[in-house]
Amino acid sequence: MKKLPGVRTPHRKNTANDPAEKLPIPPLVRIPMAMHIGAPAKLIVAPGDAVKVGQLIGEADGFVSSPVHSSVSGTVKSVETSDAATGENGVFAVIETDGLQTPLETLAPPIVGTREEFIAAVRDSGVVGLGGAGFPTAVKLSVKDVAAVEYIIINGAECEPYITSDTRTMTDDLDLLWEGIRLLKRFFSAKILIGVESNKPEPIKLMTARAETEPLARVCPLPPVYPQGGEKVLIYNLTGRVVPEGKLPIDVGCIVINCTTLAAVARYILTGMPLVEKRVTVDGSAVKNPKNVIAPIGTPVSALLDFCGGLGEDVGKLLLGGPMMGVAIPDASVPIKKSTNAVTALNARDARAPEPSACIRCGNCITHCPLGLVTVDIQNLYLAGKIESLSVYRPNLCMECGCCAFSCPAKRPLTQYMKLAKAALRNHEAAKQQSVN
Amino acid sequence: MKHLIVSPAPHIRGGASTSEIMRDVLIALLPAAVASVVIFGWRAALVIAVCTASAVFFEWGYEKLLKRSVTVKDLSAAVTGVILAFNLPASIPLWQAALGSAVAVLLVKQLFGGIGKNFANPAVTARIVLFLAFSRTMTAFASDAVTGATAVTGATVDGITGATPLAIAKLGGAALEGMPSKLDLFLGNHAGCLGEVSALALLIGFAYLLIRRVISWETPVIYVAVVFALSAAFGRDPVDAILSGGLMLGAIFMATDYVTTPMTFWGRVIFAVGAGFFTTVIRVYGSYPEGVSFSILLMNILTPYINRLTVPKPLGGLKA
Repeated sequence: MKKLPGVRTPHRKNTANDPAEKLPIPPLVRIPMAMHIGAPAKLIVAPGDAVKVGQLIGEADGFVSSPVHSSVSGTVKSVETSDAATGENGVFAVIETDGLQTPLETLAPPIVGTREEFIAAVRDSGVVGLGGAGFPTAVKLSVKDVAAVEYIIINGAECEPYITSDTRTMTDDLDLLWEGIRLLKRFFSAKILIGVESNKPEPIKLMTARAETEPLARVCPLPPVYPQGGEKVLIYNLTGRVVPEGKLPIDVGCIVINCTTLAAVARYILTGMPLVEKRVTVDGSAVKNPKNVIAPIGTPVSALLDFCGGLGEDVGKLLLGGPMMGVAIPDASVPIKKSTNAVTALNARDARAPEPSACIRCGNCITHCPLGLVTVDIQNLYLAGKIESLSVYRPNLCMECGCCAFSCPAKRPLTQYMKLAKAALRNHEAAKQQSVN
Repeated sequence: MKHLIVSPAPHIRGGASTSEIMRDVLIALLPAAVASVVIFGWRAALVIAVCTASAVFFEWGYEKLLKRSVTVKDLSAAVTGVILAFNLPASIPLWQAALGSAVAVLLVKQLFGGIGKNFANPAVTARIVLFLAFSRTMTAFASDAVTGATAVTGATVDGITGATPLAIAKLGGAALEGMPSKLDLFLGNHAGCLGEVSALALLIGFAYLLIRRVISWETPVIYVAVVFALSAAFGRDPVDAILSGGLMLGAIFMATDYVTTPMTFWGRVIFAVGAGFFTTVIRVYGSYPEGVSFSILLMNILTPYINRLTVPKPLGGLKA
């Protein structure tokens, strides 16, 4: 079957063979209540309260929401309402750690006899899409018709350069991953496929061996083309199905779960310990000793960087995530979230954006777009202010993977134009709706 | 910590830059340039040098004059100059060659806004302008015309002279006796413009462009295939038809210009079929023996419409 196009990014999986090291507990963590898509969690602790590891500190606020647990033991020092560095609004619980990491005594494995109990347990675990999207996993699993789920796809396609945290899940946490697969097999009748790129030989070898002794899932090696791990891309490349515009994977009988997400669910169901720590790849041209680090959620990025030998002299850019889709942060005080899978630090040379020149209409952005969007025309219509003509080109399908800008010989910021075009079209259509009403 | 750059993703870029692409095109043109010097002598090198230098100079001068950022480093003007030279006979007066560069770079490219904004291929259009304005020197392949060219420029042209294979095919009948052998046509051992005569050299360049992924196969292959098939249908020798005239040069280097040709696979297929059709029809029914540049220009004009007709449906996209 023909696979969707993409780009050949450099892999730079320098840390693929390094099991994660535990970060020493930082003196202070800052845990955001908004680490997922949906309503932020409601803070239920106050300054002065003593907290333990795994203790609920933020309640899920509605259906599309997720609870937040303390990642450390210590005392709530203060509550902040915005991030000083990013200006991001939201509630942050600042906790002074005692370094003991005492777990909450009442933590116990949940009882999961039925699918409803399983989904309730997933909700209580605080697990959200750990591949980066942060969509509450329980919401994803709450399907109306369980028979409609034909495929559950485990996403092990870690296609961003540098990042190896999922790679390490598939090797170090293989038992947890398989426990997760057993649970899915128990509560869903779907076929389970594991999508993983061929540039990860060790996970493929281990998982294939496991799938032979316990044949619950099929390991599907895929070409190491970016963005293989994109949800729509993975579904198409494994099943040939197309998720139509405005629909969800479940509408074509698929659920996609990141491998680390599934392992985190399994950990909760086995031990009762909710999602409180993350394996984070710290790498990039400005990092002295690249490592995989297991850190409590809320740890400032600076603590991770210090643990990896500090930054090189000429750091130019800090990213939460990888270089293709990561978000640049203005300073290292920003805390890591549930969905943070990497901290990438680029040196000044790598951080410099190239000077854009005139579009030469080569069509690279079209041939490299996994979805076949005509990026060049969307760019031109946006720049010409012809917003009403944009809808034909369906810019809202764009997943902002960055292939267009990556492949552009004129070095134009095409992904940025796609974002702007999407927003402009949304505003235009909202205004049209308003004038009709 | 010093100030960090905060900018939107992606944070790394890949692939070739515009100037790297143009450099690859120049490398791909090199075999044909060498062949032209071997076949037509050093005058060929002089014509290439004059066209290239003047094209770069006009681009630089225009941008300096208008206080715009100078773009000669992207090498696109150099590519235009070399391709224009390839479309001229070795005996062309040098001032006409330079005038051609002025038409290509100033009129066709810069007046429309510079690189990426022109709708017509600069080299093709300049060739047509020169062809119409200076038909005598532009078709001075025949032995009797060479003396005239020599008188104008004071230079001598060695190498091959005589009627071009297309002129022979146009005359037909007894004239066909004078048609060079297929091997001579393939190697370039016949009369014609500088860069068009050696199919072998052009195909080497084509292979290089494919390996470097600068162009895709569809336009050149379909263009040549359509000319082959239609020529056979019109009763001409199809092998002679694809090896003579500017077809290989046009199909590989002019019909694949990014700016003036369609951006998608099916768009390029339409372009190539159209160009092949018009080329053959002009060759067979037109007053001129050759139709490559006219047909490419015609398809250039249609390109915006072809692009609009062939907007691909994105994966999962609903009908608008």
